Amino acid sequence: MAILVLAENDAAGLKPATLNAVAAAKAIGGDIHVLVAGEGVAATAAEAAKIDGVAKVLTADDAVYANRLAEPLAALVVSIAGAYDYIVAPATTSGKNVTPRIAALLDVAQISEIVKVVSGDTFVRPIYAGNALATVQSSDAKKVITVRTTAFPAVGTSGSAPVEAVASAGNPGLSSFVGAELSKSERPELTAARIVISGGRGMQSGDNFHLLDKIADKLGAAVGASRAAVDAGFVPNDYQVGQTGKIVAPELYVAVGISGAIQHLAGMKDSKVIVAINKDEEAPIFQVADYGLVADLFKALPELEAELSK
Amino acid sequence: MKVLVPVKRVVDYNVKIRVKADNSGVDLANVKMSMNPFDEISVEEAIRLKEAGKATEVVVVSIGPAQAAETIRTALAMGADRGILIKTDEDVQPLAVAKLLKAVVAEEAPGIVIVGKQAIDDDSNQTGQMLSALLGWGQATFASKIVIGDGSADVTREVDGGLETLTLKLPAIVTSDLRLNEPRYASLPNIMKAKKKPLAEKTPADYGVDVAPRLKTLKVEEPPKRSAGIKVPDVATLVAKLKTEAGVI
Ligand SMILES: Cc1cc2nc3c(=O)[nH]c(=O)nc-3n(C[C@H](O)[C@H](O)[C@H](O)COP(=O)(O)OP(=O)(O)OC[C@H]3O[C@@H](n4cnc5c(N)ncnc54)[C@H](O)[C@@H]3O)c2cc1C
Repeated sequence: MAILVLAENDAAGLKPATLNAVAAAKAIGGDIHVLVAGEGVAATAAEAAKIDGVAKVLTADDAVYANRLAEPLAALVVSIAGAYDYIVAPATTSGKNVTPRIAALLDVAQISEIVKVVSGDTFVRPIYAGNALATVQSSDAKKVITVRTTAFPAVGTSGSAPVEAVASAGNPGLSSFVGAELSKSERPELTAARIVISGGRGMQSGDNFHLLDKIADKLGAAVGASRAAVDAGFVPNDYQVGQTGKIVAPELYVAVGISGAIQHLAGMKDSKVIVAINKDEEAPIFQVADYGLVADLFKALPELEAELSK
Repeated sequence: MKVLVPVKRVVDYNVKIRVKADNSGVDLANVKMSMNPFDEISVEEAIRLKEAGKATEVVVVSIGPAQAAETIRTALAMGADRGILIKTDEDVQPLAVAKLLKAVVAEEAPGIVIVGKQAIDDDSNQTGQMLSALLGWGQATFASKIVIGDGSADVTREVDGGLETLTLKLPAIVTSDLRLNEPRYASLPNIMKAKKKPLAEKTPADYGVDVAPRLKTLKVEEPPKRSAGIKVPDVATLVAKLKTEAGVI
């Protein structure tokens, strides 16, 4: 069995989601190769070579891969897919963008966001915003899979795999990159943070998110949000946690002024410890919270900050 | 330019679904069904393109049981011009949906296909990308803004790190995200008018597409339940519990 894992990488290097995807590949079992596509990827490839369990790192170094456009990236993967039984990517926005394209070009189904490997052809994946878990069996010879990163703990990085270059597959020229507006933050990344503190519509404004920022800084936490808070323009879209936002499973998740709609719960209910601060004691978020505090957040947050400073 | 929008009939997003006792699937009997929210957003975007003079006709297509005709009528009531129902009681999976849509595209020749980024029942997030691959067209997924230019479209996408903008050569596929727009409600007169709009009925066989599922669902289970914990009286108790009992801070 040979497994190709698509590395998640950008100009800054390898992203941690790659380590979760390799963990899923290890659970499948086989010879694991990691494909690093990008521009000037030597350093990233060297990082990938250290991932435990990886037999080989492939690099495709070409400007055409710099912005992870789906069409050239899919063409690249398809050009080397003959040698693999599985193609695995993390279920990040980049992974989700490209893998179905690869699957269709190979005329196979994609198995989206697996949370468990049952056997070589059988996997568990959440459906209905995680309110049900489906065990699905694939009848395709090649399996294209995306991995819910929170379900597969990251593998270590003490290996030393060889690195080999593969030829660029060119640019179909169907789309081009114009620009990006990326959020900058000194805080840990939402999907990798040990603690996440999220605000909802109850925060009332973007300015009020400073109340959360201060606590996040004390705890080394990432800041997230509900869809309502993003829609209202309090915070950028990449803060959204939920069915259609980011899936997080930190040690501690603190939901502040969030009611607990199923779509929000879908993104955080696998957190180890959940705290809810809400003034409505009937709010559904309390049904999943280990510790609930019925309080006005504008009173509770400054108190929390003070208590943590003690 | 014609705009094609696929719409799926799914369990309403407000419904708390239940897994069947025999673990064969999710109980859909007597459950409220609606248009997939992302498809509603796609329909709205298509209508806005027409209202802005960028599109000439909005065609909606649904693949599903006879009742999917209601989903198409909803789109027609919002302002779409014409519907196509590809009737089947099979579980049509994303790859087969993409193949059927490819056949519809061959007949309709749209300038853009706006697809919901995912359906909230199977949460696959595949169809748009697959359709784009099969057609050999460009794609922009998770769109929060579409600006149609001359033979091209600039699409802003919601990505993990923030936002990015791509230029697509048309024809192309765009998949819609939540913040692309806020869909309108259909007015009563428009609901009446929609009843008279054309709705063609087809079957997968008409398009010569094999819709046999590639993935077999062996069982469907409830996820592990999380039980409610305790209420704490104040912030000091909360912090103490997190430190000593939970040990997370
Ligand atoms: C297709 C689809 C996809 C979706 N995807 C997502 C998703 O990925 N993520 C997501 O989060 N949502 C998603 N949603 C939206 C979801 O259904 C809810 O609308 C949303 O989560 C509500 O956000 P909220 O809890 O912040 O707002 P609300 O439901 O309005 O709740 C605000 C809460 O704040 C509390 N509050 C107000 N003031 C105070 C105060 N002063 N002190 C303390 N508490 C206060 C209130 O009691 C209330 O419980 C999706 C919806 C759809 C249809």
